Amino acid sequence: MEFLTDPVGAIARLLTDLLTRAGMPAPVVNVVLAAIGVVIIATFCLLLPLFLIWFERRVVARMQDRVGPNRVGWQGLLQTIADAIKLLIKEDITPIGADVVVYNIAPILSVIAVMAMWAVVPFAHNIFGVDLNVGALYIVAVGSLGTLAIMMGGWSSNNKYALLGAFRTVAQLVSYEAPMILSLLVPVLLARSMSMNTIVQAQDVWFIVSAPIAAFIFFVTSVAEVGRTPFDLLEAESEIVAGFHIEYTGMKFGMFFVAEFLHAFTVGALTAVLFLGGWRGPGAEQAPLLGVVYFIVKAFAGYFLVILLRAALPRIRIDHMLDLNWKFLVPLSLAAIVFVAVTDKAVQQYAPGLGSWGRAGILLLANLLLAWLTFRIVAGMVRRMRQAEHRNLDHSVPPADREGAHGHGPEHAHTAEAHPAAAH
Amino acid sequence: MTPLQIIFLLASAVVLASGLYVVTARNLVHAALSLIVTLFGVAILFAILEAGFLAVVQVVLYIGAIAILIIFAIMLTRRVMQDAGPQTNRQWWLGALIALALFAGLGVVLSPVFPISASGALAAVPEQSVELLGKSFVDPNQYVIPFEVASVLLLVAMIGAIMVAGEQK
Repeated sequence: MEFLTDPVGAIARLLTDLLTRAGMPAPVVNVVLAAIGVVIIATFCLLLPLFLIWFERRVVARMQDRVGPNRVGWQGLLQTIADAIKLLIKEDITPIGADVVVYNIAPILSVIAVMAMWAVVPFAHNIFGVDLNVGALYIVAVGSLGTLAIMMGGWSSNNKYALLGAFRTVAQLVSYEAPMILSLLVPVLLARSMSMNTIVQAQDVWFIVSAPIAAFIFFVTSVAEVGRTPFDLLEAESEIVAGFHIEYTGMKFGMFFVAEFLHAFTVGALTAVLFLGGWRGPGAEQAPLLGVVYFIVKAFAGYFLVILLRAALPRIRIDHMLDLNWKFLVPLSLAAIVFVAVTDKAVQQYAPGLGSWGRAGILLLANLLLAWLTFRIVAGMVRRMRQAEHRNLDHSVPPADREGAHGHGPEHAHTAEAHPAAAH
Repeated sequence: MTPLQIIFLLASAVVLASGLYVVTARNLVHAALSLIVTLFGVAILFAILEAGFLAVVQVVLYIGAIAILIIFAIMLTRRVMQDAGPQTNRQWWLGALIALALFAGLGVVLSPVFPISASGALAAVPEQSVELLGKSFVDPNQYVIPFEVASVLLLVAMIGAIMVAGEQK
């Protein structure tokens, strides 16, 4: 029975008992237990991509009217293992002129950066690596190590395309960190804590109800942080061949690959923890293992959305990418923080007896107001831009070329609509 | 020795070694990467002192922002693949002197406050240290004025940076 209510605690006590009886001093036992915990979470993180890669290939294949891998094992489940073996026995090439040490550290660091995030992710109310009281900030901190890994890989490869990929990395990842941190602040504000577990416990009503705008910004910027389509400018096969990992072969490439897939799933997991109630669900307090199931289901829902985006959207242009960030997401996330903070404080001050649903409802109204304002402002800007564009077209294009200009016209208008802040 | 002491010794050794490499490396990017190792080691020291917030902020700001910008600047401005310029200029002794003076000054000022004790026991850290830190920044009786002055200074620096970098119209 104890195992059902507190599985980790039960195992930890059992092991402590065993080791102490074997004659180990208490501090050493603690270190050993911590090491075992690290190994379990790290192994989980490294085995997960084997499944994720298969899952993603099958989903994308289905969206593109193909079958996808279905030969090795049941429904192709063992395909990734076969691929991993292939990667392991490939020749390991280090390009001439590469910076050997940095070149070899980069793929390891990229996996570490993603895996370290899982240290603070709560699987259930008493199953987590560590409950840091600065958990949200910790996520940002280790996330920035991933940026570093990509830069190191791009720089050390002694390849111009790889270096271009590294430049783009800085432009993209460092920029999108700003709105990501700002949108992370909103659940922290609402939960009054940076600890991931407390944030989950504070979600009597999921934060996606109280803060849909922050959830949207967090999700979009996280996808950009992973560097996936539509934000895959770092590797952009059609432009810079493969970007930062162009020179990597075998398992070193495999590590970048694993890091990317694990990071994509981590985006789903973090969205679940911060905005979808994490492990919360009926009966999760009594049976933590049920909480783990809820958490994994929610994380996969987020991951599924990431896959759908990848399969559905084309790559965003680099100037659009930066405009979207600095002219749209950053101001919007700043406004969202102010709206949520003021509304929440006002509710607390003037209507303390409202209950969690009432509070969430008022916050939702504030968010909808902000969304409406945003749409009005963006629509006005787009209209003005389009008028200016038409005026330019009328003046600058001689009548003979009008045909050609018209061919361009609708396309331009369409781009302006899709990325309102971005057209010119 | 407790495990904590072993970690402290390892982290300090890494900080010192990588700090030395920062100033002796011939390759600028290597120096910058070594600086990151140094900063990370300092973050570990913060974590050992149970200042988790400072440890994480150290990584976010110094590694996530400053060090990456340093590397980016090096990549953009120098011949990145083969640069191996001189490591010192004529003022190296002045830098060393200032560093030594700073170290001595800190030692003189801090040694009566934190006497070196053989037990190595840490003072108890309040449970809600992050909340206390946050509140003391906006408390008029504590640090609100330095905090606001620093904010204004940063704002001015940011506007200045935009003015310097922006296009002349």
